[in-house]
Amino acid sequence: MTLQTALHLDLKGLSCPLPIVRTAKAMKELESGAMVEVIATDPGSLKDFPAWCRVTGNDLVEHGAIGDAFRFVIRKR
Amino acid sequence: MTIGLDRPEIPEIDDAQAQELPKWTQPETKQDRLVIFAWSGDLDRVWPTLILATTAAASGAAVTVFFTFWGLFPLVRNDAGITGKNVMQKMLAVMNKGGIANMGLSKLDFLGMGPWMMGKLAKEHHVASPQELLDLAKELGVRLVPCQMSMDMLGLTRDDLIDGLEEPAGAMSALAEAKEATTLFI
Repeated sequence: MTLQTALHLDLKGLSCPLPIVRTAKAMKELESGAMVEVIATDPGSLKDFPAWCRVTGNDLVEHGAIGDAFRFVIRKR
Repeated sequence: MTIGLDRPEIPEIDDAQAQELPKWTQPETKQDRLVIFAWSGDLDRVWPTLILATTAAASGAAVTVFFTFWGLFPLVRNDAGITGKNVMQKMLAVMNKGGIANMGLSKLDFLGMGPWMMGKLAKEHHVASPQELLDLAKELGVRLVPCQMSMDMLGLTRDDLIDGLEEPAGAMSALAEAKEATTLFI
């Protein structure tokens, strides 16, 4: 099944806190329920995205590594 | 006789009125508010301050940073030149140059070599610079409040400071906001 994502964010190469800050900014414009796919390479993001989703109440649908990068799929609250 | 320490009555407001208030005045839980007292003007303290402020704002918190004492100097315009009205204040500005681009390290400064190396390392690792983070903070609605008393004492005027700051305020406004917030003194 392919996920219908409203937004794809390529945040490869960015370091803390930019992946979180850029994602938060980009998601502001979206409707509730919209799906976002984020690709990041900051190893800290593996912990930071689940934490951010917990704090903001957004739903972390998927997360994992693909090659050298990390992929997160988030559903907006 | 009662001394004026009673808490003031907080007037009730309805939902419609609450919607019109700026976000930071709306009632929130402790977790949703962060107040940072930025006392230091050192690069290695201002940097994490801005990282925490922007990240908290990105996770929906109402964030206020109070800049006091040495912490005011990073808010000075990079091109402000020598600030101050009297000789002592001018000397202070010469020895402690203001501007977010001119911050020194609390250790291993080596007359500016340290910060230069840090900048280089940050660029190599794609870490946002303090300048970028400061701009981001403003964009994300972080309230940046300069301390009025420190400004007067250190000879800094509103015109010496960057745009996008809140009106200067005092210790009481800082403490009032910190009351229901997570607070940090950096």
